[in-house]
Amino acid sequence: MRWPLPFSPRHLALMPIAALMLLPLGWMLLTSIQTLPESRHFPPVLIPSGFHWQNYPDAWNAAPFGRFFANSMIVTLSAVAGNLVFCSLAGYAFARMRFFGRDVLFVALLATLMVPFQVTMIPTFLIVQKMGLVNSLPALIVPNLVTPFGIFLLRQFFRTLPIELEEAARMDGCSRLGVLVRVVLPLSMPALATLAIVTFLWTWNDFLWPLIVITSTNQSTVQLGLAQFQGAHQTNWTLLMAGNVMALAPMLLVFIIGQRWFVQSLASTGLK
Amino acid sequence: MISRAARSEHVSGWLFVAPAALLIGIFGILPIGWAALLSFQNNDLLTTPTWVGTQNYHTLVNDPVFRQSVNHTIVYTLLFVPLSVGGSLALAMLLNARIRFSRFYRTAVFIPVATSTVATGLIFNWLLEPTYGVANYMLGKVHLGPYGFFQDPDQALYSIVAMTVWGWLGFDVIVYLAALQGVPESLVEAARLDGAGRWATFRHVVFPLVSPATLFLIVWSTINALQVFDEIYVTTRGGPLHATTVMVYYLYSQAFEFFHAGYAAAIAEVLFAITLVFSLLQLWLGNRRVHYGS
Repeated sequence: MRWPLPFSPRHLALMPIAALMLLPLGWMLLTSIQTLPESRHFPPVLIPSGFHWQNYPDAWNAAPFGRFFANSMIVTLSAVAGNLVFCSLAGYAFARMRFFGRDVLFVALLATLMVPFQVTMIPTFLIVQKMGLVNSLPALIVPNLVTPFGIFLLRQFFRTLPIELEEAARMDGCSRLGVLVRVVLPLSMPALATLAIVTFLWTWNDFLWPLIVITSTNQSTVQLGLAQFQGAHQTNWTLLMAGNVMALAPMLLVFIIGQRWFVQSLASTGLK
Repeated sequence: MISRAARSEHVSGWLFVAPAALLIGIFGILPIGWAALLSFQNNDLLTTPTWVGTQNYHTLVNDPVFRQSVNHTIVYTLLFVPLSVGGSLALAMLLNARIRFSRFYRTAVFIPVATSTVATGLIFNWLLEPTYGVANYMLGKVHLGPYGFFQDPDQALYSIVAMTVWGWLGFDVIVYLAALQGVPESLVEAARLDGAGRWATFRHVVFPLVSPATLFLIVWSTINALQVFDEIYVTTRGGPLHATTVMVYYLYSQAFEFFHAGYAAAIAEVLFAITLVFSLLQLWLGNRRVHYGS
């Protein structure tokens, strides 16, 4: 029997699935413009009496969201920059240079990937505490400046580049650093973009480490601030959802605009 | 004798890796050994720790909450991994076609990937609110419920599973879609010409070709599931009645709420052992079945 309808049967499955995936976010948006009595009504109010935008300034004033954003931005951009620089240097050395102890060191770095962060977080907290960094942004930045994942990713990519170009540059008197900066990195934009995007997403959304190491609202990131915000406004759902929309909107917008790059980056972390 | 060029290569090689080696040494390697030592200590994160031998581990064996936390972690993992990996493969197969609105469908499925765990928890707190939540309203329309969800000890863990599958499905779909791109059209067509039906084509051609992605996703999802924390912290805080106390939640609360850091370190070591056993077992079993292209 032929399919009788003028559209693919896939739509019959995909439509409800898409609706289900979008429902939580749509419901958050809807609640964020309702009045408090509307949100506390059963059955739920599907068409609110109007756009109650006031929830947004109320939420913005109920917690220092501006501060949270600034903190998250500082931490995330530092982590991205640190990873790009340090993972490039280390990844290049592991890919192309011969030095004493290279292979042992590389295996040791990779071995740390096998140990979940939750296993080592208590001693990591003690180390950060001994450094006097508890409850400061450097506590969120310094341990995240470089990741074994990033080193591995870049090393693998650098090894796929044609070595002849590098050798030619060396012949012309270019130093190792010069080769890396002028020849290798310009050819490695896809890998660097992947590392930047993945680091950005991980660091921005990280919650457990800030929860442990940050104790004051002023040093909070967006995620930590959002959790505290919930604790302070338990059942005020309109306010909570407005705050949640504000906290989520920048990342979701960046994601939707740059969806192609995000998807490529995440796919390549999964398949290498 | 080492030439000057080779010697300078040793020096510059080390200079290149020095920042990374130093940082990973301090924050990656040192804590691994320290965590093991901590598990034999009494440590409140402030005063000088004392050595207590294997006492933490003895306490652990007889701690009913710890046993529960292991059970909850394993139940959660055994539900989360098949649901998210299997569900995402089905979804990726559906999405892997040139149809209308394809971009819209993909965006809808991918968006939760960018949604933070905290925001997800906050949204589901509201959706699954027993009295006013929209979930009970919609289920009521088909004569189900009302449910207590996060507030019912018998439903809380399953509610966490549903919420986290929503949050993680998109990543798995991204990986599968990339893998499906690598399945040559010609192979699928050849199978069709040989008279294979849709299911047979999937079972004998497509599925083996995406098996490296399947193995990766199973290992990756298992590691993530064994470490689930954020979504639980934001929704149930391990409750009600410890119904959602998983290992990492128990570890966190022992270390940073009750300041039993040595005891928490012992929990961490058990978690490490479980993670290692699960991943090695999966890799070992998987590598015998996975088909890596020629």
